[in-house]
Amino acid sequence: MEFGFFGQLMINGLIVGALYGVVAMCFVLIYKASQVVNFAQGEFLLIGAWVCWWFLVQFQVPFVVGFFLTLAFMAAFGVLIQVVILRPLIGEPVISVIMVTIGLSIIMQAAMKWAFGVFAQPFPQIFSSQTFNLFGLQVQTAYGLSIVVSIAIMLGFGYFFKFTRMGLAMRATAFNQQVAQSLGISIKQVFALSWAISAMVSTVAGVVIAMVNGVSSSLSAFGIKVFPAVILGGLDSIIGAILGGLIVGLLENGAQYVDATYLGWGNMISVAPFYVLIIILMLKPYGLFGTRDIERV
Amino acid sequence: MANASKRPCGDFRISYAADTKIFDTNGSRYALWIALVALIALAPVLSNFVLTLLIMIGCYAIAALGLNIVVGFTGQISIGHAAFFGFGAFASAWINNKFGIPVFFAIPLAGVLTTAVGMLFGLPAARLKGLYLAIATLAAQFILEDFFARAEWFTGGTAGAPANPFSIFGWEASTDLRFFYVVLAYVIICFVLVTNLMRSRDGRALVAVRDHYLSAEMMGINLTKYRTLSFGLSAFFAGIGGALYAHYTQYVSVEGFTILLSIQFLGMIIIGGLGSVMGTLMGTAFMVLLPELMDGLTGMLSGTAIDAALGLKNNVAYLREIAIGAAIILFLIFEPDGLAHRWRQIKAYWKLYPFSY
Repeated sequence: MEFGFFGQLMINGLIVGALYGVVAMCFVLIYKASQVVNFAQGEFLLIGAWVCWWFLVQFQVPFVVGFFLTLAFMAAFGVLIQVVILRPLIGEPVISVIMVTIGLSIIMQAAMKWAFGVFAQPFPQIFSSQTFNLFGLQVQTAYGLSIVVSIAIMLGFGYFFKFTRMGLAMRATAFNQQVAQSLGISIKQVFALSWAISAMVSTVAGVVIAMVNGVSSSLSAFGIKVFPAVILGGLDSIIGAILGGLIVGLLENGAQYVDATYLGWGNMISVAPFYVLIIILMLKPYGLFGTRDIERV
Repeated sequence: MANASKRPCGDFRISYAADTKIFDTNGSRYALWIALVALIALAPVLSNFVLTLLIMIGCYAIAALGLNIVVGFTGQISIGHAAFFGFGAFASAWINNKFGIPVFFAIPLAGVLTTAVGMLFGLPAARLKGLYLAIATLAAQFILEDFFARAEWFTGGTAGAPANPFSIFGWEASTDLRFFYVVLAYVIICFVLVTNLMRSRDGRALVAVRDHYLSAEMMGINLTKYRTLSFGLSAFFAGIGGALYAHYTQYVSVEGFTILLSIQFLGMIIIGGLGSVMGTLMGTAFMVLLPELMDGLTGMLSGTAIDAALGLKNNVAYLREIAIGAAIILFLIFEPDGLAHRWRQIKAYWKLYPFSY
């Protein structure tokens, strides 16, 4: 176990971490805009990947067309979920909202298994070469692309929230809903849009992962891994979400290294983030960049 | 949070004694007694299938009751209840197999052990609330699941753990009927315990923490103590329920306590009514019978065009999961106070008939 293995794991960690960061960002987007903790975030990845796979395999459309069709579908789907299921729950206590998204995630997962089966399906080949060489390390082309896509998405988010009218409206809503409403911002539109964006961007991440690992229900595990990331960064910080995602990605691959070399337990990669999560919550409950709640009576 | 004290029109309580009494009317007291006697008397003629369902309702109801203490009465959120349920199951089997302590004593001991674990994971609850706590308990679920798979000395690893049937003084609950009486006794004891807890000072303190924790703290309620206490109590009941489950199935598998079961527990108390003791039982019955209902429906549709088109027969498992999720969502949107509230309204309607509003 020399540097090669460790380096490989770290590269993996960075790449997977960037994807966690993207998904965490979507999660934070929904949380900031509409105060909903979305336990069904991982299912957005799952549905997006399956739908894209379906377009490509069943209808044999070119990848670019299929991909954009998927994005359009997911945007509509996100808005639909928000309008039909979450809008009636505005003003309800936290537990109701959490339970509704959990219920959604069960339904979506079961429905996907029902529709597409439980077996992992390989994604159609999109790149001519599966892997490329980076400093002597093998990197999957799709993962290499995913770094580029992740950075592009992050920059896109930055531009959107800093300079566009809708982005500013969303920030205003996140800051104070009543004030935003009195300034003429349509809260309903902001909520619906935040779900649409979140579903679309999650889909991008889902498709990228599916290219490497194939499409299967294990994709929704990403939605669970997002929690350590967002807690680490603070629930309402986009920058924190990205950093948190990267840290969790590196950390879990670091744990994998320690596990494989010294311990031999075999499953630290999936559990280590949760130990860290508990420790962070004990020491610094609002994360690295989260807003501390100050309550007045 | 669903309001336990949301009373229908015409139900006034004008004295302290009236406010703390368990039964509203003598009628409901007698109804409960009659139902209990009928259940005990009729159990021998019930089929094994019905008995199994009743036993499952009993085991789950005890655990769900624990969850209702945390979620319904104290207003905390726990998404890791199945892990505590599983811990109780393994602990009881372990105590019985390893130390030879009779099952009768192993079950409460398992409850105590689970309490310790619950308190440990409840420690973050002293500082956290709402979402953060939900996520912390989610972590507890995964950590404990991993522990079950890893700790061979405790759970038997992937092979699972065998559990002996319930026995006391040579009397062995080897048949479903006998075990049904054991579970019934436990259900009665646990429900009476919790009902009375909620009439005591500690119970009222928990409710105060739920309703407005800052005011509660100003009135001299120790928040840390009561939040951790509620977690400990909930884990205790989860442990008891899990231990009963283990000695009923006589085999505990590490795969049985996933997050789906945790969600089912939450579904039970939401459907039954948060902060309602009897509602817990109704919600559990609903949740246990729902999959059977789905099975019945698919059975009715088998052979028809719908069955062929959707492949219902092979996908009943997914249909069940979808039904669970849909039930939770529909209840939250249309009946957030649960079955218990609906039941109170029905009773009030007939009580005031024909002058109900």
